[in-house]
Amino acid sequence: MKFAVIRFPGSNCDQDCVAAINGLPGAKADFVWHKESSLSGFDAVVLPGGFSYGDYLRCGAIARFSPIMKSVRDFAGAGAPVIGICNGFQILCEAGLLPGALVRNRGLHFLCEHVYVRVDRVGTRFTRGALTGGVLRIPIAHGEGCYFADAETLRQLKAENRILLRYCDESGRTTTNPNGSIDNIAGICNEAGNVFGLMPHPERACDPALGSTDGRVIFESMIGI
Amino acid sequence: MKVVVTVMPKPSVLDPQGAATAEAMRHSGLEGVARVRVGKSIEIEFEKAPDQAKIEQIARDLLSNPVIEDFTISG
Repeated sequence: MKFAVIRFPGSNCDQDCVAAINGLPGAKADFVWHKESSLSGFDAVVLPGGFSYGDYLRCGAIARFSPIMKSVRDFAGAGAPVIGICNGFQILCEAGLLPGALVRNRGLHFLCEHVYVRVDRVGTRFTRGALTGGVLRIPIAHGEGCYFADAETLRQLKAENRILLRYCDESGRTTTNPNGSIDNIAGICNEAGNVFGLMPHPERACDPALGSTDGRVIFESMIGI
Repeated sequence: MKVVVTVMPKPSVLDPQGAATAEAMRHSGLEGVARVRVGKSIEIEFEKAPDQAKIEQIARDLLSNPVIEDFTISG
């Protein structure tokens, strides 16, 4: 499976994503510059974390107008898998590929720490290797990670079972939430289930040297191992 | 010609920046502060009379995010 990791000016998790994916069997990742317009030859797209365009205006607001985003939109429309991590999640929301928005953390601080997230839906192409209710220990690193959506959107996300990850404690109870996200949301997918956005960084939890390998299951699910 | 687009967080959206600023105002001795919301204003200078409909579209699609913000255009 060939992954395109999109590089925007200000992306800073692109190398981590490529390294993590290339460390998995059956996967190969390459960088794609945001000014490119083609995704031909790729089977999956990663919008990595970082500070695209310096987070000017709003996080992800300018990146969504990058030339490659038209191809990403077509790619997603064709049912191919697209994952947006952190800033990538923000870009997907700004681009309208996922509903809602990510706003300033409730506590105002930039948070850089390991958190626990619970997998609330398995069987998607991003979580099929996980267990329902399984708890993953994955780092977050964001200042604007508070997920917000209006009541109707939230109702729809729940009704369609599109909340894949929720912040939780070590035993899976959703009692803690680092950033103020509604309903403890850490990751959601689109209606078709092929576009996934999450604030935690699975690519930073793929190597034992980094303290956790719980992030692997996300990429392994995409690859199908 | 100058156009100013003011973007404000929707009342329903948590504005921790506004809350922290309100707190600092109270600490500084400003009495009677009930609520503060922090937005932004964007000044656009034009060489010629601008297309109003296009400004609306830019304000809606680029300068603000309708999920979390409202905007007004003046000037």
